[in-house]
Amino acid sequence: MPIELKGVTYTYMKGTPFERTALKDVSLTIADGSLTAIAGHTGSGKSTLVQHLNGILHPTKGEALVDGVSLEGKGKENLLARRKVGMVFQYPEQQLFEETVAADIAFGPKNLELSEEEINRRVRSAMEFVQLDYETYKDVSPFRLSGGQMRRVAIAGVLALEPSYLVLDEPTAGLDPQAREELLRRIAELHRKKKLTIIFVSHNMEDIARMAERVVFMHDGRILVDAPPSEAFFADEEMREAGLAAPPTVALLSRLREAGLPVEADAFTADEAAKRIAKAIRKKGGASC
Amino acid sequence: MAFIEIEDLCFAYPSERGERRMALDHVSLSVEEGEFVAVLGTNGSGKSTLAKHLNAILLPTSGVCRVAGMDTRDGAHLWDVRQTVGMVFQNPDNQIIAAIVEDDVAFGPENLGVPSDEIRRRVDDALAAVGMTAFHGFAPHLLSGGQKQRVAIAGTLAMQTKCLVLDEPTAMLDPVGRKEVLDTVRRLHRESGITVIYITHFMEEAAAAQRVVVMEDGKVVEDGSPKEIFSRVDAMRKRGLDVPLAAEIAWRLRKQGIRLPEDIVTDEELAVALCR
Repeated sequence: MPIELKGVTYTYMKGTPFERTALKDVSLTIADGSLTAIAGHTGSGKSTLVQHLNGILHPTKGEALVDGVSLEGKGKENLLARRKVGMVFQYPEQQLFEETVAADIAFGPKNLELSEEEINRRVRSAMEFVQLDYETYKDVSPFRLSGGQMRRVAIAGVLALEPSYLVLDEPTAGLDPQAREELLRRIAELHRKKKLTIIFVSHNMEDIARMAERVVFMHDGRILVDAPPSEAFFADEEMREAGLAAPPTVALLSRLREAGLPVEADAFTADEAAKRIAKAIRKKGGASC
Repeated sequence: MAFIEIEDLCFAYPSERGERRMALDHVSLSVEEGEFVAVLGTNGSGKSTLAKHLNAILLPTSGVCRVAGMDTRDGAHLWDVRQTVGMVFQNPDNQIIAAIVEDDVAFGPENLGVPSDEIRRRVDDALAAVGMTAFHGFAPHLLSGGQKQRVAIAGTLAMQTKCLVLDEPTAMLDPVGRKEVLDTVRRLHRESGITVIYITHFMEEAAAAQRVVVMEDGKVVEDGSPKEIFSRVDAMRKRGLDVPLAAEIAWRLRKQGIRLPEDIVTDEELAVALCR
């Protein structure tokens, strides 16, 4: 079953002089088992959108459903629907607060009133998944870890809730290239092995191009593009309107095409791009255009 | 004497268990006035710790850090050091304090006791220099991330700072905001000759600098031009760092036997080399 937004409009500070409509009649269905990326410049409405996916915000108009159940309301089924969606905020490591890594990860499951045994199992399995060795790190203060490790602890805290859907807001911002690479690999694995439905918000077009099956570009509170990466990143006009830029590989290959090298521009990794260029050069029978 | 002189600098953060971790381990580095230096390194390599020494937020455990000839440990020069070197941090929301853009920019000079007509002039000049004049009366929370970072830069310019230290100023910004900030920094460097120390994880941004310093485990391990540093693709990878895309692709093509110069860093250079 999917997450569905049906005609969602959201207005901040309604009825005040500061009233601002951040989402305008947005409809979106996130299919089970999909991996969707959401992009858009600051103020485009993407953060407002994702906050509707687990009931942090409720639509001013329209409705948000998870597996057919509304996220709004005080009923047990509404609560359970909200719990199906795990949310990893921007810079989640700033929300760590416990004295040890294990205690921090256990905080969510404890609030679900699970047995001690079950909590333990979930903490171990979440730590294993983000590749933090249980014995080595369980008693360490999270504040003694590196930035990349802290972020993995924070993500483990959400995974320990065992959500069916995982929303990540800018998961790689501020990480060095290696930590970024590792985190993206973990996310891809969550999707592949645990069949988690993943939605991530990113400014990094390279990450989006590599990871996503589907790309949603937001602009001015509306969905401007909703397509696979191979189409979305070639919608030049829409990308310009949304204030976005093509991933570096597409920009580079397009530049080479302009210079006269007959190369296809839809490659999303350096490896793929290099292969395309080599092929184009061989086809031309030499290293010149 | 160089503008910034760091000699055999060590810094250890105190820790709860008594053992001390060397965040900076015998670092020596000098930066001339008017240079544009990018600093690269993985998380935890000591980049931010080094940056915080440049305006005496942190003081050396041993060794010396001198800015424009002033020893940062000399309390008598503390305010001169802070006025000489301005810092811009990663999160734009953590460094704007006033309710209106121009008040925020005026905050520094006000605290220095600058006469009010002089403050007016400095604020106007600083906002013009970062292209934010039109927003002088705005509330900061109505600005985009890139605009907020430009206001933060204006705040340091109003102090008539000679050197700008930026610690991952674009990490939280969208592509448009990133470009705004980098373009502003490049222009200030070019037109006002301001010294720039720019910490980043974006290799394309580092390629815009005149010089790249690479840090690892609290040490400076590489120091050279972007072309020198980014042509060593294997070495950068081993350190957990990247190179700009054009450099990586050129390296891959060379490995496949395609003849290309070793020092390609930008898309433009690759296009020229492939399509002469």
